[in-house]
Amino acid sequence: MHVRRTSDARPAYVPVSGHPSAAPVAAVTLLGVTDILERARTKVLDGGEGLSYDELVEVLQLPDEQVPELLELAHAVRMAHCGPEIEVEGIISLKTGGCPEDCHFCSQSGQFTSPVRSVWLDIPQLVKAAEETAATGATEFCIVAAVRGPDERLMSQVRDGIKAIQAAVDINVACSLGMLTQEQVDDLKDMGVHRYNHNLEAAKSYFPSVVTTHSYEERWETCEMVRDSGMELCCGGLVGMGETLEQRAELASQLASLDPHEVPLNFLNPRPGTPFGDLPIMGSADALRTIAAFRLAMPRTVLRYAGGRELTLGDLGTRDGLLGGINAVIVGNYLTTLGRNADDDLELLSDLKMPIKELAKTL
Amino acid sequence: MNEFCGHCGEPVDARDHTVCERQLVMEPPRFCTSCRRRMKVQVHPRGWSAECVEHGTLTS
Repeated sequence: MHVRRTSDARPAYVPVSGHPSAAPVAAVTLLGVTDILERARTKVLDGGEGLSYDELVEVLQLPDEQVPELLELAHAVRMAHCGPEIEVEGIISLKTGGCPEDCHFCSQSGQFTSPVRSVWLDIPQLVKAAEETAATGATEFCIVAAVRGPDERLMSQVRDGIKAIQAAVDINVACSLGMLTQEQVDDLKDMGVHRYNHNLEAAKSYFPSVVTTHSYEERWETCEMVRDSGMELCCGGLVGMGETLEQRAELASQLASLDPHEVPLNFLNPRPGTPFGDLPIMGSADALRTIAAFRLAMPRTVLRYAGGRELTLGDLGTRDGLLGGINAVIVGNYLTTLGRNADDDLELLSDLKMPIKELAKTL
Repeated sequence: MNEFCGHCGEPVDARDHTVCERQLVMEPPRFCTSCRRRMKVQVHPRGWSAECVEHGTLTS
């Protein structure tokens, strides 16, 4: 029988890159109660059932020395329930800045003194961005607008943009246009939108500390309408915004109960001028624990690396996350910041022998 | 020679901009380095463009 170390001193996190079978630490506690990793192996890997809130809290409290074993398990879960393929997506900002909402992490809010100016993209540029994205092998191209919800002008622009993209590029089109009415959900579906993104952003208990201009319930309502419409629902959030570990587990549980097709996981990139602009960057071990916890909460969901991974994880951590539960990436740049070089990401996927999901398999 | 920092918009000789220079690896400039105007910036999947109404457009 192995015994869990009881020292409070947490050793520095040791990356597991290239060593996905790093030596397991403890499997059983002194009391004979199976530890969380063993229970997760049985429940999630063997049974295909996601962990509960309480179990996710335990996962997020694992010491750094158990992170390699945790990542190994999350990777095994991903491989068993999702397979080896990676889904690649590109994103573009159709309407940047000037948003009336006050999401405290976002440089596009018109309520903060951010240097981001309002700008609209025209249709030829939108099509060019879709072509650049498709050239990376991506199957999804997401059109994003910084708005509370779309007005008729934006819906018209999106309609024209989708038509132009569909005529020129072989790629699935996704949208992220804020909160929707049922009529707008129906319109977007009729336009051929394959997937709609609307994040919960934070746990329900932390949401009022992140956004005050709309409610968690309003977000949830849009997500339910999208899911019920038959469009794929993409719904995730951000971590590293000052939330507790319990609130991270809460977010994962709430996302699991919503059952989205895809969960984009963002790590806060503190933006100048925003209320969260002075928060510290999340540590890599915490970020990797979070990735694994989200995978163990949602064994069959597409779990996507979204913004902030470059700062939080760097090159080595990015690799560790791909071997720790992630099965989708945003390649290239984000909405207002730059991402890793797309070619570097594609080379990394090739090194890891993770095939890119083909378009035919997403239809 | 640039008069203003493209990241924070402060005069380049007002203080050390090492942190700003690091930031500019991961994000496009937001301020015109000639006149300090906030620029209209569009990020694309594989690049960016930044337009100053007075001094024209920069691209990555």
